[in-house]
Amino acid sequence: MFTDLPLLSLLIWLPVFGGIAVLVNGDNNPWARPLALLISVATLLLSIGLYIGFDNATAQMQFTEQASWISAFDINYSLGVDGFSMPLIILTAFSTVIVVIAGWEVIQDRVSQYMAAFLIMAGLMIAVFSALDAILFYVFFEAMLIPLFLVIGIWGGPNRVYATIKFFLYTLFGSVFLLLALLYLHHVSGSFSILDFHKVGLSMQEQIYLFLAFLIAFAVKVPMWPVHTWLPDAHVEAPTGGSVILAAITLKIGGYGFLRFALPITPDASMALDWLIISLSLTAVVYIGFVALVQSDLKKLIAYSSIAHMGFVTLGLFIVFRIFANSATGSGAELAIEGAMVQMISHGFIAAAMFLCVGVLYDRMHTREISAYGGVINTMPKFAGFAVFFAMANAGLPGTSGFVGEFMVILAAFQANFWFAFLAATTLILGAAYTLWMVKRVLFGDVANDDVAKLTDINRREFLMLAVLAVIVLAIGIWPAPVTDVMHATVEHLLTQISQSKL
Amino acid sequence: MTFEVSNMVLALPEMFMLAMACVILLAVAFLGKQGANAAYGLSQLTLAITAILIYQSLGETGLTFDGTYVKDAFSDVLKMAICLINIAVLLYSTTYLKARDLFKGEYYVLAIFSTLGMMIMVSAAHFLTIYLGLELMSLCMYAMVAMHRDSFIATEAAMKYFILGALASGMLLYGMSIIYGVTGNLSIATVAEVVQAGGLDNTVLSFGIVFLVIGIGFKMGAVPFHMWLPDVYQGAPTAVTLFIAAAPKVAAFAMAIRLLVEGLGDAQLYWQDMLIMLSVLSMIIGNVVAIAQTNIKRMLAYSTISHIGFILLGLISGSPEGYAASMFYALVYSLMSMGGFGMIILLSRQGFEADNIDDYKGLSKRNPWYALMMLILMFSMAGIPPLIGFYAKLTVIKSIVDVNLISIAIVAVLMSVIGAFYYLRIIKVMYFDTPEQHQALEAPIDMRLMISANALAVLMLGIFPGSLLALCASVFPL
Repeated sequence: MFTDLPLLSLLIWLPVFGGIAVLVNGDNNPWARPLALLISVATLLLSIGLYIGFDNATAQMQFTEQASWISAFDINYSLGVDGFSMPLIILTAFSTVIVVIAGWEVIQDRVSQYMAAFLIMAGLMIAVFSALDAILFYVFFEAMLIPLFLVIGIWGGPNRVYATIKFFLYTLFGSVFLLLALLYLHHVSGSFSILDFHKVGLSMQEQIYLFLAFLIAFAVKVPMWPVHTWLPDAHVEAPTGGSVILAAITLKIGGYGFLRFALPITPDASMALDWLIISLSLTAVVYIGFVALVQSDLKKLIAYSSIAHMGFVTLGLFIVFRIFANSATGSGAELAIEGAMVQMISHGFIAAAMFLCVGVLYDRMHTREISAYGGVINTMPKFAGFAVFFAMANAGLPGTSGFVGEFMVILAAFQANFWFAFLAATTLILGAAYTLWMVKRVLFGDVANDDVAKLTDINRREFLMLAVLAVIVLAIGIWPAPVTDVMHATVEHLLTQISQSKL
Repeated sequence: MTFEVSNMVLALPEMFMLAMACVILLAVAFLGKQGANAAYGLSQLTLAITAILIYQSLGETGLTFDGTYVKDAFSDVLKMAICLINIAVLLYSTTYLKARDLFKGEYYVLAIFSTLGMMIMVSAAHFLTIYLGLELMSLCMYAMVAMHRDSFIATEAAMKYFILGALASGMLLYGMSIIYGVTGNLSIATVAEVVQAGGLDNTVLSFGIVFLVIGIGFKMGAVPFHMWLPDVYQGAPTAVTLFIAAAPKVAAFAMAIRLLVEGLGDAQLYWQDMLIMLSVLSMIIGNVVAIAQTNIKRMLAYSTISHIGFILLGLISGSPEGYAASMFYALVYSLMSMGGFGMIILLSRQGFEADNIDDYKGLSKRNPWYALMMLILMFSMAGIPPLIGFYAKLTVIKSIVDVNLISIAIVAVLMSVIGAFYYLRIIKVMYFDTPEQHQALEAPIDMRLMISANALAVLMLGIFPGSLLALCASVFPL
């Protein structure tokens, strides 16, 4: 039944037009919040329809839609999903619901504009994941910067202007090279279809340049060391909702970009330059782990921990070439890619939850300094329960989703090189160190000061959103099969694509 | 030489406009106080009817006036665009003039004569016709800049504009005379044949092209011939800046196409490198210097310079797609700059010019709707999708990539990132800062509707750019 509907178009345009409807309702309208919630929940339900109707057995694009858009350049409105994009779309729809709930009472200034920005952004991000035309992809890829730019700039912290302009220019700088790469690929292949790009033959030199262009674009998004510096600034200044969307979705677009563009279009260059990505990823895991350790600002700490966790994603994507080099069968390669994907999904939930926890504290105390807290567990026991759980998940405790992805990547890394696995595994220590140390300083101990003593525990709204996230994190941790099953066929297809030389 | 009446039908729109310009002149002279209102109404009517006349004659092509005047698809589309742009421009500027005691009939007489000059330039098939149109257009604009006689800064701007403009016209004429010397012809089509046949003295030919390119560069405002542009934009009354910024760029683009592509297309080797220099320098200087501006008119002037650099990119590619891309860019640029200067007029009022960037502080709190319109215009100028400015940049960069000039494309995209900064600053001031003044915006309803339509057109064309792109592509058959 779901295959008959233009489900992807609905998923894109329902939140976009819903957001516009919320916007024109005006700021003083009491219906802005319920309307936004209704639209975001409807979007989530539609996206679950995508999961139900999804055929696990094929790597073909599903739910495809095709219409001519700019005929003069043969640019099409062409949509479709596979095992990589479908879970990310659901993650997007889900995060948007959480963001709407998180901003329910906190946002009092220009409410409808706030809700509208997140709804429109949700539509644009779903479009990024489902676009199969390069220009369509690029249009949405860039357009989603506009609402995020405004969200950070309007509702952000004291240094928001610096942070949001840095964020915008950084990502724009990356993406213009993507545009050049896409135009060049059109020049070579005569089409703007991403699937045609996958098939076009390219010389090594062309591939290297294209790969570097992709790398600049997506490394900034992921973000990879050393182009990560915009992320801590943006996270610290963004309102809670902005941080959640940044961590849960926009970072994933970088990882998705590698899967959709860099690996299948330039497999030979990816293989030749895999040392670069692997070393950058390991630097992120190890060095950024240490950087996280010394942070005194809660949000900054989680931002750095995000960078370290995303290092696992890029590591998983690029160790496959080493695995192929070590064994002809390439056993473990599938594990690496799937591990990277699971890590992305899981990080989407855990990082969102961590930022929500900080948001809960910030709303009460209006400070993010770790030293301002201490003994929060005495006044907020329910909150502390959730916070400890998510911190454990962030540190990769078995039984939570944080463990699954990291474990798969580390396991695969052993097939590639012992030292890769060794360095990657340091995250189990470092991650535990910075997360648990933070938990100790913030939650445990005696009540540190009068402000902490006056804290009130989480209300039902906050309990609801944290509980839902906790259930999901636990569920994926115990039974990851529903997530991995949908991507098996797509991962196998990607592996055959990248094992065939394009030279 | 026989004089055939039927040929003149091809130039009917221009003849109608000329006749109406004389009528408006008489109306202004004889109606006294009422003259300005009559002139405004008649000007709008003239532009609208001219556009309709051109629309009705679409598809008819031919040469007339002894091969000095051409009517083709290219000229029809651009002339219609010029008329439509100027309808909006006159609407915006009337609001400004009325609020400042500058509401005089002469403005409209000069505007219509200037428009006539642009149309002649667009339809030129002969070097002298180009010169005729160019001078008609420019002389009217010099006078318009000086119209605010008691303003010191406006007078200075007019003087600068006139002297440098006259110099550039001299250069252009000199270049034409050298081309005449080497090819023995002034008709664009014949020059093209002679150049194609070859056997010319290439040193002299390229020497002539240098002067043509200088003339074109000056009229467009490309670096290093851009010095006049920021001063004139800032010094002229905003209504006049608006006029100078929009349609004349389209006409200057047409002049470049007529001279370089149609006349000297086979000498592309010589002008391509020169245009690369102009284009790259314009993009760099325009974008970098714009960052340092605190006056929004001056900032938009430097932004214009950078946009000119992008328009030249399409010409550099030397392909029909590139020319179509440039044309698309020129039209889109006019639409956006019209909106930008229109916003300045909207925010200004009697005794107050909203020409400092700080005047936009907290606009989103004072008036969310117009802040949103300005946001659309600024993001479009920065080239962010889904706004039309993105497709303008996309098409010109695509044309450059398609001829494998990747390094220039890299410069172009890097400069567009730098350019994004100062457009973002306007948005930052509007959305993130607190307002310093709380007066409501006062503007007549037609002005409000027009500016909203203008910005929404930028958005709608950005979502559905297909038809405008197809129109531009159809003008330059492969």
